[in-house]
Amino acid sequence: MSTRSLIIKRAVKEIQDGMVVNLGIGMPTLLANEIPSHYQVLLQSENGLLGIGAYPTEAEVDPDLINAGKETVTTVNGASFFDSAESFAMIRGGHIDLAILGGMEVSETGDLANWMIPGKMVKGMGGAMDLVHGAKRVIVVMEHVSKKGESKVKRKCTLPLTGQGVVHRLITDLAVFDFTEKGMILIETAPGITLEEVRSKTEANFLVSENLTTKEGE
Amino acid sequence: MSKVIESIDQAIEGLKNGDTILVGGFGLCGIPEFAIQAIARRGVTDLTVVSNNCGVDDWGLGLLLQNKQIKRMIASYVGENKIFEQQLLNGELEVELTPQGTLAERIRAGGAGIPSFYTATGVGTPIAEGKETKVFDGKTYLEERAITGEYALVKAWKADTLGNLVYRKTARNFNPIVATAGKITIAEVEEIVEVGQLDPDEIHTPAVYVQHVYVGSNYVKRIERKVTRQEVNG
Repeated sequence: MSTRSLIIKRAVKEIQDGMVVNLGIGMPTLLANEIPSHYQVLLQSENGLLGIGAYPTEAEVDPDLINAGKETVTTVNGASFFDSAESFAMIRGGHIDLAILGGMEVSETGDLANWMIPGKMVKGMGGAMDLVHGAKRVIVVMEHVSKKGESKVKRKCTLPLTGQGVVHRLITDLAVFDFTEKGMILIETAPGITLEEVRSKTEANFLVSENLTTKEGE
Repeated sequence: MSKVIESIDQAIEGLKNGDTILVGGFGLCGIPEFAIQAIARRGVTDLTVVSNNCGVDDWGLGLLLQNKQIKRMIASYVGENKIFEQQLLNGELEVELTPQGTLAERIRAGGAGIPSFYTATGVGTPIAEGKETKVFDGKTYLEERAITGEYALVKAWKADTLGNLVYRKTARNFNPIVATAGKITIAEVEEIVEVGQLDPDEIHTPAVYVQHVYVGSNYVKRIERKVTRQEVNG
C-alpha cells in the first residue's frame, strides 16, 4: 500500500455517520471516496456548497458546480448552496464537526504550517486559516518525513504558521498523535512500525499513551 | 425604471486609474467575464482588485494582469497564474493575501456599513503582523478592516429589469457580498426577465444593491479542473 493510501485508510476512520466534514485540497479530498456508503455525511466546500457528491459523469459536468479545489463535482440529496460569507460563518461559528487538512509541518504544541515556503512563490492560504479556528475538530494528515528525510513533526514549526495550537490529531504514515493539555501524545503506530522508528523520525517531544495500539489497515 | 444597459463599456466610463474594484467569482467559476473584458478594453491602470483569486494567465482577471492594469491585489489564493508570479517578483504588483473567510467577511462588512470586526483567523501567523488584537473571553482575536470599492462586478444567472439577482449553484460564491460593497455595482447575467417574474422568495441579491444589469450571451465558463467518473451501466 502506498504511503498516501495508508494515511487515507487510517484517516477515514475519523469520519462518523452524521458528521459535517470539510476535507482540504489534495490528499484529504481523496478521503471522500473511502467514506462508507451507508453513512450520511455532509461534505462542506468553502466556495459555497454543503453536500458535495461524486465527480460528475461526462454528461453531468457543470461549470457552475465545483468544489474548493476547483474540480467539477455533483451534489447529494439534501445539499445546499450559499455565498462565501455564509460559508465561513458556518466554519467560524463552529458548525463544522471535523476538518481534515494537509500539512507541511506540525509542532508538538499543535501548531500547523501548510501554506507558505519562504523563498518560493506564495500562493495563498485560501480557507485553511479560517478552518483551523472554526471547525470543532482539526485533524492533519501528512507524510511523517519530508522527501529530504527530515521530520515534519517538529518541536517548533520552521515555516510560517497557518494556526497556533489548532491541531487536535495528527495522522501520518507512521503514527497517530493527539494534542492535549499534557502535550503531544503518541496513541497509535502504523502496522509494522515500531515505537523506536517513530522516535527516530520525530523531532517533536511526545508522550506515549498507556494504551498505545497498532491499527491494522483493512 | 430599467437598469438594463446595452454596453458595459458605458457603465464603467467613470472608472479611473487607481480605483478599487471588487470582482465576484471563485477560480473561474461565476466570474463576470464581460465586465473584466470591458475593463481590459478601457485600459485604466493602477487598479486595486479585490477578488478571491486572480484568474489564469489568459482568462478572467489574468487579462488585466496581462495588460499590467493591476497595481495591488487582495486575494486568498493566487497560485494558478504565472504572470502574477512574474509581476510580483518584478515589484510591478503588490499582493495582500487574506484568509478566504476573512476576505468574505471584510467585503460583507464593507457592504453592511461595519468598519471592522474581530476574528480568531490568522492569530499567531504572518497575517497578524501590524494588526490590533483583542481578547474576548480569554481568546485572542485580530481586528480586520472592511473593504469597499468604486465598482463591484458580479455575475448572476438571472436578473429582472429592476436589478434583482438570482445566482446558480456554486457560481454564487463571492458574488452576493461583492454586489453589496461597490459604489456602482454592475451585474452581468445570462437571462433577464420582467419585473414581477422572479418570486420574491427566490431572490438572492435585492435590487437595491445593483445599479446596472447587462445580459451576456455565449458565456465561456471555462472549467479549471474537469474531473469526471465513468458512467456505470445498468
